[in-house]
Amino acid sequence: MADPMKIRANLVGDSTEVKVLMSHEMDTGLVKDKDGKIIPAWWIQTVKVTHNDKVVLTAQWGTAVSKNPFMSFKFKGGAKGDKVTITWVDNHNDSRTDTALIA
Amino acid sequence: MDMDRRQVLKTSGGATFLALLAAAGWIPPAHADAPGWNKSEFDTHTMDATLAALGAGKPATSSDVAFFSTPDIAENGAVVPIGVTSKLPNTESIAILVEKNPFTLAALFDLPAGTEPTISTRVKMRETSNVYALVKAGGKYFMTSKEIKVTLGGCGG
Repeated sequence: MADPMKIRANLVGDSTEVKVLMSHEMDTGLVKDKDGKIIPAWWIQTVKVTHNDKVVLTAQWGTAVSKNPFMSFKFKGGAKGDKVTITWVDNHNDSRTDTALIA
Repeated sequence: MDMDRRQVLKTSGGATFLALLAAAGWIPPAHADAPGWNKSEFDTHTMDATLAALGAGKPATSSDVAFFSTPDIAENGAVVPIGVTSKLPNTESIAILVEKNPFTLAALFDLPAGTEPTISTRVKMRETSNVYALVKAGGKYFMTSKEIKVTLGGCGG
């Protein structure tokens, strides 16, 4: 199981700003280890963000997204204490879901 | 012996048992694309091929699509901050394309109504390249580009 995401969701005016840092190797499949063997591609492929069960963002990623991915965006609305839930799925079909409350 | 194996399969469930095997390193983890991940769009290697796979045709250049917090020179190609914002009404999606990367399409964000057309993330760049922000708005595609010079490539090896 991957490490938890670090999620911040803050009310800014009448919008909620979401910042997330995920813990993932994001191996491209193009890099060799020190023994000259290819490190297989292993990366987050999809991300979904919901606000109180309403989808506010979906993303598809290639291997070019950096290791330990960072993402930020804003959606209209949101109130303090509302739930922002983020799920990622990688190419091993491993996934992780974390929730933060809007501050 | 055979009975034991059947017992394990029965009690733990096939999938769990396979996961345990994978975790123990007995079998390599299977590559299984995530539901909703579009391989045909990401498995492209040129701007033309990626735009065709996305159904974007030849997007018009638009000054309503802009980069922000995006460097002109990236010292470390492994972590290049990219911010894209769109002033176009009804912006539905934002994609980030790196022309000279092994795979052109880096990320594609779908923005439901109510989500602001502004996104930032960090990407890897193999070498100095044009980076394109492709926006779909009102069913049409628009884009803008920016050259980012890379001092140290982000693909290692």
